[in-house]
Amino acid sequence: MAVIEIKNVAKRFGNYQALSDINLTIEDQEFMVLLGASGCGKSTLLRIIAGLETASEGEVWIGGKRIDHLPPKDRGIAMVFQNYAVFPHLTVFENIGFGLRMQKLPNDEVTRRVTRVAELMHIDALLKRYSGELSGGQRQRVAVARALAMEPDVILMDEPLSNLDALLRMEMRAELKGVLAESNTTAIYVTHDQVEAMSMADRISVMHQGKIVQAASPIEVYRNPAAEFVAGFIGNPPMNFLTATPAGTGQWQVAGLALDGPQSGAETLNFAIRPEDLRLSEMGMQAKVKIVEPLGAHLLVTCEVDGTLFRAVLDSDLAVKRGDTLTLTPQPDRIRWFDPVSTRAVA
Amino acid sequence: MNARFLPYVLIAPVTLFLCLFFLYPFVLVAKQAFSTGAGFTMDNFRDVVSYWKFPISMKNTLLLAAAVVPVQLALALLMATMVNKMKRGRDLVLYVWTIPLGISDLAAGIIWLAIFEQSGFLNSMMHGLGLIDRPVNFLSYQHPGVVFLAIALAEIWRATAIMLVILVAGIGLIPKEYYEAAEVFGASPWKRFTRITLPLLRPSLQTALVLRVILAFEVFAVVAALGGTLFPVLMGETYAYQFDLLNGGAAAAMALIILAISIGFTLIILRLLRVPKGATI
Amino acid sequence: MTAVTTQAPDTRRAGRTVYAAAVVLLCAWVLVPLYFLFINTLSSPDTVNSFPKPFVPEFDTGSLAFFAGFAGMLSALKNSILVAGMTMVMSILIGAPAGYALSRFDFRGKEVFRLLILLTRAFPLPLLALPLAVMFIRTGLDDTVFGLALVHTTLAVPFAVLITFSLFSGIPMELEEAAWTLGCTRLTAFTKVVLPLILPGITASAIFAFVISWNEVFAAAVLTIENRTLTAFLLQNLDTSPLHLKFAGGFILVVPALIFIFAVRKYLFAMWGIANR
Repeated sequence: MAVIEIKNVAKRFGNYQALSDINLTIEDQEFMVLLGASGCGKSTLLRIIAGLETASEGEVWIGGKRIDHLPPKDRGIAMVFQNYAVFPHLTVFENIGFGLRMQKLPNDEVTRRVTRVAELMHIDALLKRYSGELSGGQRQRVAVARALAMEPDVILMDEPLSNLDALLRMEMRAELKGVLAESNTTAIYVTHDQVEAMSMADRISVMHQGKIVQAASPIEVYRNPAAEFVAGFIGNPPMNFLTATPAGTGQWQVAGLALDGPQSGAETLNFAIRPEDLRLSEMGMQAKVKIVEPLGAHLLVTCEVDGTLFRAVLDSDLAVKRGDTLTLTPQPDRIRWFDPVSTRAVA
Repeated sequence: MNARFLPYVLIAPVTLFLCLFFLYPFVLVAKQAFSTGAGFTMDNFRDVVSYWKFPISMKNTLLLAAAVVPVQLALALLMATMVNKMKRGRDLVLYVWTIPLGISDLAAGIIWLAIFEQSGFLNSMMHGLGLIDRPVNFLSYQHPGVVFLAIALAEIWRATAIMLVILVAGIGLIPKEYYEAAEVFGASPWKRFTRITLPLLRPSLQTALVLRVILAFEVFAVVAALGGTLFPVLMGETYAYQFDLLNGGAAAAMALIILAISIGFTLIILRLLRVPKGATI
Repeated sequence: MTAVTTQAPDTRRAGRTVYAAAVVLLCAWVLVPLYFLFINTLSSPDTVNSFPKPFVPEFDTGSLAFFAGFAGMLSALKNSILVAGMTMVMSILIGAPAGYALSRFDFRGKEVFRLLILLTRAFPLPLLALPLAVMFIRTGLDDTVFGLALVHTTLAVPFAVLITFSLFSGIPMELEEAAWTLGCTRLTAFTKVVLPLILPGITASAIFAFVISWNEVFAAAVLTIENRTLTAFLLQNLDTSPLHLKFAGGFILVVPALIFIFAVRKYLFAMWGIANR
């Protein structure tokens, strides 16, 4: 059992507050993704769990044991690094077996485990090579194999796919997910790529300015963003926002359209809708088309509604051109509301 | 070990070592220079400066530096740019050009002695060409110009390599795109050199010049091998005070004078080649 | 582009010829004086002192034999090797940890420390030999090989720090961190991962320290009397020793330089590239 508990963790670099108030529990065998833009603190949090960085405050527990005072080697973790960190002076075999040798395992046990993970990662033909003779994708596989060979309770990954090209990344994404699901380890995976996060995670922790804004399943994060930041960060293109003014109890006026909304005493609310949840209709918001981008499956149309940029994903068969005026209606059950002061979601 | 204390543990040996063998003796030199046994005094400096050889050795040292350093700078820049665009044989040429880097000033003096001495190769060559009948003693008081030339050539031969290495390393740090961009905008090779290479090379030029100028004021063994007493220089006089005249105070005063000149020129070079903040590569 | 295409082919060819000629000329400028020394060393003493000189060596070991037989010369050579060897070991042992600290840690006082290192480089260090001579007499280190090695280490250690700093900076921190997560302590991560990768570079900077000591004249002359190094011995006898002795001595001084530059040629430029900053 390797439940990871992070309690009240904070990290300061001099005057800079890199992390504050981090509380997170990651269940046994869960695949948790830390998602955020660069500088949001996600890598720092991962490095604190790994023991490569020391938290200024708070505690880290793994499997019911407090480990934040232990060196990395005593935490029962393995890590995959962004630039792979494959040791250039060792063969692939010795790289994968490095951690096992440090544990002074007998030779035949090392060979058995190295061979097993090498086969798993499809690099069993490369065992005698040095890292200089490997491609980026192969190095990536060695790095993962090296972590798996440790048979750790927890595997930590710091943007492991960010240096691969797009096609390889997609292939590795699926493969990594499969391998990790089979290995029964708890995984924490840091990335800035939301597609990676959505496709791999059991749960996503969206981070912003050193805080966890929302920790939930991918579909929950997508459908019910807890804050405006999440709504604007997840989804490509992200959610549209418009200002709504009260029009009676539970009624809100948005760009000339009266909509059912939350019963709130606020002066204004922010109305949010995903671009793909808009339909063309007779009655609705007047949108002036600015840019039309055919994306094959869809048409991405950037318009202006009420003086605000507004995107809609429409059927690619539609003949829309710059300068047209469209009438758009939001799908009622997909509308979300945010408090403009707290930026939190309002039900 | 705690990561907070580890760096201090690691730098402690060097720091102690330099305090003991650099800062402490430096203080001793200063103390000795300003005393003759009874309190603070400028007597040592007065004695040293008023000695008849001082103006000559000062003039010689400065003249030598003024003749040698600009030639070395030009030569090193030329070699560095030539090497930079070389495709085949780059390693070999660089090896040959950097050989003098490992050669001591004394050995360099001896090498050039082989050329300029009375039965040396210059005389042999001139004899072979029928220019002279019997060997000329170039390195004598009758030919002060040749003595100067021999010393200057030996210095240029020996110490251009250190500048070359620093400049080649510096040029290697300049991204190729800058040159390609300049070429697209129509800059000639010469313009590319003066408008891109030189400004971006400023940090390396700084290092190279400071190091070289300091070494130029310390010139000693080359002169001892080639000119002997014919061409007094500051460092040679310091040596003479210590050993021939057994006057430690005067030697210390000379040392401080050399240091002052070195610092002065270092500051001038740093000022002239100042790199604006944020304008680095 | 325009400059290249508008040029006539023969001007370009002429340019290339000038370029090649300049390279050859500059190589000759370095090599010919060395060749002259070589001729003198491999000629008999009589030839060395005769006139006019031949321009090819006669491969006579007379001068070298005379050098080897000259009183005190061989022990001076031995002293030189000893001092340079000690300098090499001490400057790496003392300098490399500091280079590692500079490349891996941000610590209070780092800038002051860097300044101290750079300051030593901007100071005519051999001058310090004068007070050290007094200090050494008091501590009994005067006229010893070890005492001189200490001074030479002062000369070499700033370079050792800067060079190892740039070498360590070339090894990604990630490799060390990976080793920690795979069961290494700081020390075993260093010995199992960093050290094997850095060893060739350390060797190069050790050789650099060796040559700094091997070539040093002033401090050696000031600090040794009986136990002269080769440079000090040659300097002391410049006025009195015969030509063939000077040339053979010069030759012995030059040989390690040739080997040294060859051995470290790969590192020479990388070393200075980062050391400049």
